[in-house]
Amino acid sequence: MTAYTATVTVRLKHGVLDPEAETTKQALERLGFELSELRSADEFEIDLEADDAAEAEQRAESMAERLLANPTIHDYEVSAAPAAESA
Amino acid sequence: MTVAVVQFGGSNCDRDAVRALEYLDIDAERVWHEDGLPEDTTGIVIPGGFSYGDYLRAGAMAARSPIMDEVRDAAADGTPVLGVCNGAQIGCESGLTEGAFTTNKSARFQCEHVHLRVENADTPWTAQFEVGDVIEIPIAHGEGRFEITEERYDELVANDRVLFRYCDADGNVTDDANPNGSTHNVAGVLGERDSVAVLMPHPERATLPDVGGTDGENILTGFRA
Repeated sequence: MTAYTATVTVRLKHGVLDPEAETTKQALERLGFELSELRSADEFEIDLEADDAAEAEQRAESMAERLLANPTIHDYEVSAAPAAESA
Repeated sequence: MTVAVVQFGGSNCDRDAVRALEYLDIDAERVWHEDGLPEDTTGIVIPGGFSYGDYLRAGAMAARSPIMDEVRDAAADGTPVLGVCNGAQIGCESGLTEGAFTTNKSARFQCEHVHLRVENADTPWTAQFEVGDVIEIPIAHGEGRFEITEERYDELVANDRVLFRYCDADGNVTDDANPNGSTHNVAGVLGERDSVAVLMPHPERATLPDVGGTDGENILTGFRA
């Protein structure tokens, strides 16, 4: 078993309205920034012990399916890498 | 025989629901989610509030608590289940009903009276109405925008699963009358059975005559059927 960090990124499906992102974009514009579009996403970092990266990814994917994402409105991506040595 | 009003940490409309039901002479009691449903449960309310602080997504945590397995089983057996506001979010998150309730288009918490048009009058919740009737009920939510894919929406309509739509006082379903940007103004939907319904507006806040309108009464009497 090796320590991995799986990363699950959950974002709204293309075309689903994101009022929080729109509000954030407007706030940036009020600060004088120029931008065309802003999208937001949630990122979850999950430390877990697994035999290999594929197993870590598979388990994180199950977590995304069961809880972290809502398939009606979300798409998600999963990746896994050996955990960074703790400082 | 009793209507179980399921209380999660952060529920805050549970007492209102019990009081409104008892006013209608419908026996009701609050049930802490960890205690499970009482044996004599004849109906279930999933009340409004902010269960688990709306962490992750409104309703996401409560929807995955063990009592929801019991609620799904009871719903499948024909026990009437009504999810209101946070209870509607929990209902969608738990798969009792299709779609999802997410952030209002305004990005603001909307607390106001709205008009609803009855879309299906052949359910326990709307048996006192005709299709097209307009009722006035309050909303109070930040995440009430009904979202669903167009394909699934077409199925909802084809299967007559839309219960209420936001409308103006004359029953016109317009963008202006849509308080939160819900897809096609949908305010409430039915589950697989007509006895399972979720809606963002609060019928229990429009039942006692001392607190304003009583248009919610005829929804809650669905528990008598």
